Parts: sequence; structure tokens; C-alpha cells
Amino acid sequence: MQFSFTAEQEEFRSVLRRFLEEKSPPTVVRRLMQTEAGWDRAAWRDLNGQLGLSAVHIPEAYGGQGFGPVELGIVLEEMGRALLCAPYFASTVLAATAILQAGTEAQKRDWLPDIAGGETIATLAFTEPNGRWDTAGIATTASATGGGFRLNGTKSFVLDGHTADLIVVLARRPGSADDDGLSLFTVSGDAPGLSRRALKVIDPTRKLARLEFHDVEASLLGEAGAAAAPFARTMVLAAVGLANEMVGGAERLRQSALDYANLRVQFGRAIASFQSMKHKQADMLVDVELAKSAAYAAASAAADGDADLPALASLAKATASEAYLQTAIHTIQIHGGIGFTWDNDTHLWFKRAKSSEVFLGDATYHREMMMRAWTE
Amino acid sequence: MTEHTEASVRADVRAWLEANWNPEFGLVEWRNMLIDSGWGVPSWPKAWFGRELPMALEMVVDEEMQRIGAVGVAKTGIRRLAAATLLVHGTDAQKQRFLRRSLTGEDTWCQLFSEPGSGSDLAGAMTRAEFKGNRWVINGQKVWTTSAHHADFGLLLARTDWDRPKHQGLSYFVLDIHQPGVTVQPLRQMNGHASFNQVFFTDADVPPENLVGEVGRGWAVATTTLMHERRGADGISRWGRPTEGKGRVYDEERAETATVMEPYKWYPQRAGRVDLIVQRARETGRFEDPVVRQEIAKLLCLSKSAEWTARRARAAQMQGRPQGPEGSLGKLISSHVARAAARVHTLISGADAMLSGEDGAMDGLIAEILVSVPAGSIAGGTDEIQRNIISERVLGMPKEPRTDNDRPFRDVPKNLVV
Repeated sequence: MQFSFTAEQEEFRSVLRRFLEEKSPPTVVRRLMQTEAGWDRAAWRDLNGQLGLSAVHIPEAYGGQGFGPVELGIVLEEMGRALLCAPYFASTVLAATAILQAGTEAQKRDWLPDIAGGETIATLAFTEPNGRWDTAGIATTASATGGGFRLNGTKSFVLDGHTADLIVVLARRPGSADDDGLSLFTVSGDAPGLSRRALKVIDPTRKLARLEFHDVEASLLGEAGAAAAPFARTMVLAAVGLANEMVGGAERLRQSALDYANLRVQFGRAIASFQSMKHKQADMLVDVELAKSAAYAAASAAADGDADLPALASLAKATASEAYLQTAIHTIQIHGGIGFTWDNDTHLWFKRAKSSEVFLGDATYHREMMMRAWTE
Repeated sequence: MTEHTEASVRADVRAWLEANWNPEFGLVEWRNMLIDSGWGVPSWPKAWFGRELPMALEMVVDEEMQRIGAVGVAKTGIRRLAAATLLVHGTDAQKQRFLRRSLTGEDTWCQLFSEPGSGSDLAGAMTRAEFKGNRWVINGQKVWTTSAHHADFGLLLARTDWDRPKHQGLSYFVLDIHQPGVTVQPLRQMNGHASFNQVFFTDADVPPENLVGEVGRGWAVATTTLMHERRGADGISRWGRPTEGKGRVYDEERAETATVMEPYKWYPQRAGRVDLIVQRARETGRFEDPVVRQEIAKLLCLSKSAEWTARRARAAQMQGRPQGPEGSLGKLISSHVARAAARVHTLISGADAMLSGEDGAMDGLIAEILVSVPAGSIAGGTDEIQRNIISERVLGMPKEPRTDNDRPFRDVPKNLVV
């Protein structure tokens, strides 16, 4: 397990940070979050054209850059810091990982290059209106008909589901339950029988959609009935990625709170000089650094193929869920009344903290997952 | 000057160890050999038993010592702090007199800093050192002194000037504990142990050659001692664990370690004994309780993240990079871990958490955790002071407003000391 980044990784991070500071300042975030799509084709092309970011963790054999979970973690952390509005998590983290974990060689060669290049925006549809993060919540069915499959059911909380070109869908054989009978499929975003609508969300920087499948033709991805394991691995890697994205946002908030405290004067001195403020900042630093340590350890474990990875991924997600939100709460508090206004940027990150707190499973869920992974 | 490489250092020390190491040596005899070879304290100056190796190469020496199972110089207790302090601030005569014997373990040291009236405010020390005739005469009291009951010498911070501002009126001395003017009394704690002492000085004597640094410049010397104390506290070092093996030298090292570590035997309980949590939950049947599982999980998240944060800090240090904020958080974080652990042990133990001794869970060990944890957020720098230090030195926030720094110390409000 690595406990520090290499010089190359640090250099990569600073290039990325400068790029995102330029491409995704709060003015751009505010503009994009108000659109229905939530992202911008031109900006997406830049991200991929200039830095090849969608390709980071995709193997070179499939058109990617062939880096690993640690590099992907760095990308996500910087994107979280900048609150980038782009379908990156949906496409390259969720969908591409699912295809890598479940797909046949031919399928990986078919789908991944365009995802890696950013030409195809993909997403993973797995959760349903019941809001469960485990496979017991999957009710959408895949019926074998003729030479293919037809999907029936409803998916919800689908990241960028209303704008994705390609949807990877988790569904079950009728009559099966839990991990049994699960398969992954690929469906085109404009497939007949598929209706999609954007959901109204608290966090406008992370669009979620509801997808209704009425006899939608779908192509099998990987082996029929055997999707439980690759899907579980996808969830683990996604949790690692999300935890790293979250600590980037948390660190941004922490720094903004410190900057504000040093600037704001009350009673003739900077509020940073009051001990309650100093102690709160020290506590925020502890929270964020602990969450970073957990996120980095999980990414490193993923890179090492550590058998402990599922437990560490859940540990990182649970820790990030609490730290990001708590940091956001403190940041609003430190700003006082102005922190509660629309014009102040804090609420933008607060809302990302809020949605990320729950996305892929909240702290309680992941703590239980961690305990099972470690003790059974 | 020849540049040492990892390979050359490894080859040299390995060769020397293979030619010289023998577990049947006496501890002091072996350590003198090690000191004279330069491998005992390889990062020290060449003039004083060292080879001036950087930290990364010192680790190579350490690896080789471990590989062959060789015992090192005395590093336990306050000896390490005394040696580090004298190396920086001591005169040649002091180094000559004290360094070797602290490295061989022949001399034992204690730290005489805290007083009943000055704990967090260490620089507010009021133990008086007056120069009378041609000797220093010491009067006053120190508290929380580990090992004073078996120490030969103490690192004494005392006040030599009441008219200068606080920090400028302090001086640092090496005090001989074995004299009639020094009385050592154990200090009983709420957990029943008496690991520390009060030390009373009644016209105690310090010869002029035992002044370390200049008169009035004792705070700078004390800062060196404190810096080394902080460094040893990251929880990763092997300090306090004797080398395993059969033979005379191991027996003597074990005895030395046992003596030094005796006051600390409850420290693992003070840290919360996270290692016992899952076992305790299983054996009490509380492991299946969903509420208890969540609390256990929260504790494990905290405890693992704390460990990784310390490793990140250590990695930066090893690479010679400036430490990020993660290096200053260790003590505050471990205090949180201990408190959380005490809470979870209580949840698991239920009513048994009211019992102690043989009636208590694990023969009183759980009870010891519950009554020892309060010390963790106080000893060695309180949580409140840690937060001040973190916010000021790491985050650059304004320092506390001070009213005690720039007037004569005698004019500063103080605690009444009987």
C-alpha cells in the first residue's frame, strides 16, 4: 500500500488542477447546473481532447491510457474539488468499469474505445425507485425472447441517465432473487420502449434520471445470469472513486472556510482570531485528513488488488460521507448568514456533499458492508 | 568526503555485526562496542560516536540490526531526550560526561518540566534556581515526573530571573537526583496506578558545570527536548519493545525495558484497546446487535484512518519532504480514538462496565480502559493546546492574544503555590 504519491502523480495532479480551475470556475458550474443536461459538449471535448481524462483507467488495449485506480482517484479528487459538471463519473467510472468487469473481449473492444475517447457518454442503471443499493432491490426483468432479451421495469437515480448515449442496465431473469439470475445489458439511449426523464434533485451538479423500460430490446453484456460478481466489483471500485471525489470537495470547502475566517472582521478583529473558530478549523482539518487517508488507502488497495478492498472501499465511502457533509455544515456556519445565500458558492458544494453522502450507499450502509467483509 | 550509498552502508554494518555480535555479551559491554563502532547512533556527529548518516541510511542500519537480532543502544525512557538535548546544547564536558552512559543505559534520566502551577503553560515554571556562592540552589516542585524514583539525573527547567518576561527568565540544568535536597514521592492516579512522581527540591544542589546553554536561555533548550518527545509519539516506532532472543544481553535488555516500561503498563488501556473490540462484542453476543455493530464500525473507520494518516506523515518524513498537515494531527486523533473506544467498550459491556478487578470483564482490563482514557486527552499536550497549535502553526491562524509575554514575570497573575 502506498502512503504517498509519486512525483509524476503530483505533477499530474497540479496540471489537472490548473486545467480545472480554468475550465470549471464557479461561474461555469452555475451556468451548467441550470441546464437540463447539466454538462456541455464543448467542455467535454476539451476534457478528453486535451487531457484524455475519460481514458485514464481504461487499459491501452481498449483505447485507454492504462493508468490505475490511484490515478483515477487523483482525477476524481480534482474534479470534486472543482465541482466539475460533466458525465465523467457516469461514463468512465460506472459504465466503463461495469463493461471492464463483465464484458467479453469483443464487447470491451466494441464499447470502450468510444467511451475512452469521450465520443460515447455511457451510464450504469442499477438502482430502482425502492432506493436499495444491494441486488435485493433489483426488480427489472430481462426476458429471453427470440435471439435476444427484452427489459421491463423502472430504474431510478441513474446518473446522467437522461442524456447518456449508452446505458448499461442490471436486470434479472424473471423469478430469480438477490444475487441469482442477474445479467448486465447494453441499451441505446434512444431505444424504442425506453422513456427517460430527469428527476428534480437537490444537487443540480449531479443529474439523476428515471428510466422506464417497456419491452426494450437489450444486448447481453458478458455471461447471462452471472452479473452479481462483476457488478459487486463495479460497486466497490465506484465507491473508491466517489470517496476520492468527495475528499476533493471537502478539502476545497475547508480551505474556503479558512480563507473566509481570515478575511471576515467582527469586534475589531478577524473572526479567525477567536478560539472557537480556531478549534473548529483544527477539527475540520482532522476530519478531512482522516477521510483523505481512507480514500487514498482504498485507491491504493484497488491498485494492489488487495483482498481487503471491499472492506476498505466501504470504509472510505462511509468516512467520506460523514466528513464531506460535516465539513460543508461547518463551512456554512463559519460564513454566518452569507453562507446561507444562493450567491455564496458554499451551497453548491454543500449540495454535492449531500447527494454524495447517499449515492452508492450512505455511511450506515457502508459500515455494515465493511463489518460483513471483515468479520464473516 | 565519501558519499554513503545504501548498499555500502548495508554491507559495512552487516560485516561489522557478523564479526562482532554475540548475545552472550553483557548489555553495557556490547553497547560500548556498538557506540565505539559508530553503528550505535549512526546519525550522530562523527565527533560523538556517530557516522553522520541521513535518516534513510540510519534505517538501513536499523534493518541490519533487526536482521541479526542485535540489541541497540539504550533508547527507552528519557535517556533518548537527554542525549538529543545534550547533543545540541551541551558543552563538550557535558557530552563527555553524560552521553556515553545514557547510550549504554548506565544512567537513567527523568524530565523535570511540569509543575503544579504550570502544565499547559510550561514556560510559567516557578521552581527557583539561585546562584549562591558558586553553586546553583534549587527550591520548588515538579510533578508528573516519570521514572524519577529510579533516575540518576533529571533535565530541570527552572526560573533564574523573575524580572525578565516569562520565557527569558528560564534556565536548563542537569540535576543529580541522588542528593538529600531532592525528595521523590509517587503520585496516585484515578485509575489506581502511581506511575508518576512529585519531586520536591529543598535547597537542592546543582554545580555550575551542569547548566545547559546560557542563563536565561533555558526555554530554547527545553524546546529541543519537547521536539524530540513529540517525534517519538507517533505510535509507529518500536520504542519500548525489547529485542527477542536468548542470551545474556537479551536478558539484561529485557530487565531494562521492564523497569522503564513499568509505569506505562496501562498505556494500552489509555489508548482504548481497539484491538479487543470485535472479540469482546463476539463473546458477549453483542456483535449481532445492529446498533452496536454500527458503533463498532464507526470506531474501526476512525482507528484505521488514524493509522493511515500516521503512515502518510511518516512516508513524507522518510522521503525528506516537508510534512503536510497530517503530521501534526496524530495526538489529537488518537485522543478521539481512545474516547470512542471507551464508549464502544461500554456499549458492549453493558452493566458489567460498572465492575472492576476480578469481578469486571477481562479481569478488570475493561474497567482500566474506562478509567484511564481521560488521561489521553490531557497528558503530553491537551486536546485544547493541540487545537491551538494546529490552527496557529499548520493553518496559520492568528495566535491567542497574550497578556503574559512582555512584562516582568513577577507581575503576571499565577496560581497560588503553597
